Amino acid sequence: MNAPVFTLDRVEISFAPGQSILQAARAAGRYIPHLCFHPELKAHGSCRVCMVRVAGRLLPACATPAQPGMVVESEVPEVQQMRRALVEMLFVEGNHFCPSCEKSGDCQLQATAYHLGMLAPQFDYFYPDRAVDASHPEFLLDFNRCILCSLCVRASRDVDGKNVFGLSGRGLRTRLTVNAASGRLGDTDFAVGDFAARVCPVGAILKKRQGFQVPLGERTYDRHSIAEIDQHAPAQSLGECAPGPEVPMGGAPISRAPRREDT
Amino acid sequence: MANPTDPLASRVHEVCAKRGHRPTELLQVLIELQDQEGWIAPQAIDALQMQLALPRSKIVAVASFYAFLNLTPRGRYQVSFSDNITDRHAGSLELCEQLCRELWVERGKVSEDGLVSVDLTSCIGLCDQGPAALINGRPLTRLDAARVSTIAGFIREGRALADWPTELFVVEDGVRRRERLLQPAFAPGEALAAAITRGAEGTLRELEASRLRGRGGAGFATAAKWSAARLAPGEARYVVANGDEGEPGTFKDRLLLARHPQELFEGMSIAAWVLGARQGLLYLRGEYRHLQAALEAVLHARRESGLLGRNILGVAGFDFDIAVHLGAGAYICGEESALLESLEGKRGTPRLRPPFPVTRGYLGQPTVVNNIETFCAAAHIVFAGAPNWTALGTAQSTGTKLLSVSGDCARPGIYEYPFGVSVADVLADCGAPEAQAVQVGGPSGHTVPRGQFARRMSFEDLSTAGAFLVFDQSRDLFEVARNFVHFFAHESCGFCTPCRVGTALLTNLMDKLAHGHGSPQDFARIESLNHELKTLSHCGLGQSACNPVLDGIAHFRPAYDRRLAHQAFVPAFDLDRALATARAMTGRDDPASHLERQG
Repeated sequence: MNAPVFTLDRVEISFAPGQSILQAARAAGRYIPHLCFHPELKAHGSCRVCMVRVAGRLLPACATPAQPGMVVESEVPEVQQMRRALVEMLFVEGNHFCPSCEKSGDCQLQATAYHLGMLAPQFDYFYPDRAVDASHPEFLLDFNRCILCSLCVRASRDVDGKNVFGLSGRGLRTRLTVNAASGRLGDTDFAVGDFAARVCPVGAILKKRQGFQVPLGERTYDRHSIAEIDQHAPAQSLGECAPGPEVPMGGAPISRAPRREDT
Repeated sequence: MANPTDPLASRVHEVCAKRGHRPTELLQVLIELQDQEGWIAPQAIDALQMQLALPRSKIVAVASFYAFLNLTPRGRYQVSFSDNITDRHAGSLELCEQLCRELWVERGKVSEDGLVSVDLTSCIGLCDQGPAALINGRPLTRLDAARVSTIAGFIREGRALADWPTELFVVEDGVRRRERLLQPAFAPGEALAAAITRGAEGTLRELEASRLRGRGGAGFATAAKWSAARLAPGEARYVVANGDEGEPGTFKDRLLLARHPQELFEGMSIAAWVLGARQGLLYLRGEYRHLQAALEAVLHARRESGLLGRNILGVAGFDFDIAVHLGAGAYICGEESALLESLEGKRGTPRLRPPFPVTRGYLGQPTVVNNIETFCAAAHIVFAGAPNWTALGTAQSTGTKLLSVSGDCARPGIYEYPFGVSVADVLADCGAPEAQAVQVGGPSGHTVPRGQFARRMSFEDLSTAGAFLVFDQSRDLFEVARNFVHFFAHESCGFCTPCRVGTALLTNLMDKLAHGHGSPQDFARIESLNHELKTLSHCGLGQSACNPVLDGIAHFRPAYDRRLAHQAFVPAFDLDRALATARAMTGRDDPASHLERQG
C-alpha cells in the first residue's frame, strides 16, 4: 500500500497518518525553519517560525497534521519574509548580542536568522531589563537571551519529570521562571544529566566552564547551515553535552553534504 | 498536611479542602485565598504546593497570568478604574488622577500605610453608566468629581464598604429596546420540559431549523456544535457558558446574567439533556463577580425545584448541575479554548486546534462552549419553536441580537433588535445624529465611518458580539485606535511571538506617532505589522489586534497623516521624554529641567 503524500514546494512528501507537516518534512530530509519544536517533545506552536502556506493560509507546520493532497508552500519569498519578521521580533524583544555570546555559532536563533537572510532588525529594540542567574554550580541562566520557546519547560516537565522551569507573567512581560522560592536555579534539582539542560536553542541555559572550547568559526552552524544540520539530527544545538541515556537520538551522523540551495 | 502551628498554612488547607485538593481548582483557590489574605504571599504558595501537589513554578505561572491576582501586597481598598475608551471620553483618567491626588497615592502603587491602591483596568462592562470603577470587586458607577471626593473621604476614614451609601454601587439595567430575548416568555422549567418532550433529536432538529448561530461573534451553527459534541466519543460531556464578556464596550451579558439567569440555566440544561452532560460550568469574568451571589441563589432555587440535581423533572437518569467558576481579569479567556484552560486552573493560553472543544474540551472531554446569549436564545427557540425565531432577522442571521450601546449618544444602554438592523437605525434610536463613526463589535470588530451607516448588523455584513461604541465629530479616531492597540498589548497572553511582540511594537509605533515623531517609514511599518499580526498569530486576539488601525487608515487617513510630521526618519527615542522619570523623582518641571527643543 502506498503511503499518503502531500507536496512541499512541489516536491512529493510521503507521511504516516498523524504526522505533522514538519515531522513529515524532516523525515523526508526537508528543512522547515523552527525554534520551539523538538522531535522528542510535543509540538507547541508558539514561535510561529515554521509557518507554511496551505491553501492561502499560513499555518504552523509543527502543529498542522499532514493531509493527503495538501499543497504546502515553504521556501517561497512571502513565507520566508514572514519568518524573517518573526525572527526579528525575537531579536528585538530580548538582549541578543551575538559577538559576546558563548552560544554564537551554536545558536539556532542566530543560524535561523542567517538562513532567512536577516540583516538588521527593522524594529526598534526593547532593551528589556533582565537578570542573569549564576547560582547553579554547573549552569548559567541568562534571561536576556530567552526566546520563551518553552522547550526547557516541556523537557523538564515531560521528560525529566522535574518541573524546574515555568513561564510566568503575561504578554510582553512573560518570563521564564524557576521552580524555587528564591527564584534561583541553584535552589532547584536541575542537573547536568537533565534533558532540559540540552534543549535551549539559544544562549539562555549555558553550561559553565565551557567557554570557547570550540573556537568561533568552527562551531556547528559555522560549518553547516541550519538547514543541513536539521536534516541529520534532532533539532537542538547540543553544544558539547552528550545526550543522556534516557533520550533516544534519531537521525544519521552529520555528513559533509554539499550545501543545499535553499532559496 | 497543613502545619497546625502555622495559621496561614491551615487557612490554605481549608480553602483547598473545600475544593477537594484538586489541581484543576488552582485558579478558584487562588481567587479565594486572595479574597481572604489580600494577596498571594510566597508562604501561601509554599502551602499550596503541598495542598494541591503542584510545583511552585506552575502556581506562579497561573497567579502571574491574571490581572486580578496579586503576588505583591495591595491596598486594603483596591480601586480599579475602567479604562475603556468611552470611560476615557467621559473623563475617567482625570477622575483617577483626582482620587490619587486626594489620597496621596501614585497610580499603580500602594499607599505607604497600605490603605489603598488605585489603578486602571480593562473595560469592566459598565460603559453605559461610566466612568466606572471597581472597588474590591464592587462596581462604582456614574463617577464624577463629587463622587470621587466622597469615595476618597470614606477610604481615608477606613469606612467598611458595607456602610457606604448604596447609591454609589447602583448598576442600572439600562434596557432600551426589547424583542424576544428580553420579553418574559416561559416560567423556569418550561423550556426544559419542552426539550424533554421533543427528545434530544427533536430538540436538535428544532435548533437546526432555527438556524441559530453563536452570539460570541464567530457565528458557528449552534445545532452543529451540539450534535458534534453529542456524537464525539468521551467518558463525560460538559456544557460551558462563556460569561467572560471582555470585549471593550460589550455589556449585554451583564444584563442577561443579572435579569435573565433562568433562561441561561434553562439553555444550559437543555444542552445537557441533548448531550447527556452531567456537569455544567458558568465561567463568570472577575469583573462581574458582583453578580455571583445572585446567580448562586438562582442555582440553589433551581435545585430546590428539581430543575438541577438528580432525575431532573422526574426523568430518571437526567442528572445535571451547574457550578460557577470565576475569571480573574484576562480578556483572552473569552477565547473558548483559553477559557477551558482557565476552567482547568491553568494560564489562559489558547490551545492548538484541532482538536476542537466539541471533541476534546474541558478535561479532554467533548464540550459545548457557548455565549450566554446563545444559551438564552436556545431556550427561547426550544420553548416557542423555530418559526417564531426565524420570523425575525435575515436569511443567514435569524432572530434577534442584543447590542450594548455606549459612547456619544443620548440614550446608551441595551437594545434588542432583529438581525439586519442598520447602523443608522440604531443611531437614530440611541440619539446620535452627529456620529462620526461607530465601533461595531468592539476593538476587534469594525470601525464603521459615516458613509457606511447603511450597513447592517448580521453575519452577512457586520458581525458583532454586541458592542456598539459611538464617536461624535469631536473624537480623534487615531486616539481611539491607539487606546485599542494598548488594550490588545496589555491583554496578549504572550504565547506566540507575533502577538506578544507584535502588539507591543504596534503600541510603540502608535505612541511614536502620537508624540509627534512619526514619519512615513513608521507608517509603512505599521502597515506591515498589521499584516504580520493578522496572518501569523495563534488566535483571534493577535489576528484582530490591528483591525482598529487598518480601519482607521482606510477611513480616517487624515488623522494618521497629521501625525507624520517628519519626512525623514526620526528615532523613537526622545531624550527629553526619557528625562521625565528624573523630573518626577526630583519634583521639578521648570524650563531648566527640560532639554531645549530644536528650532
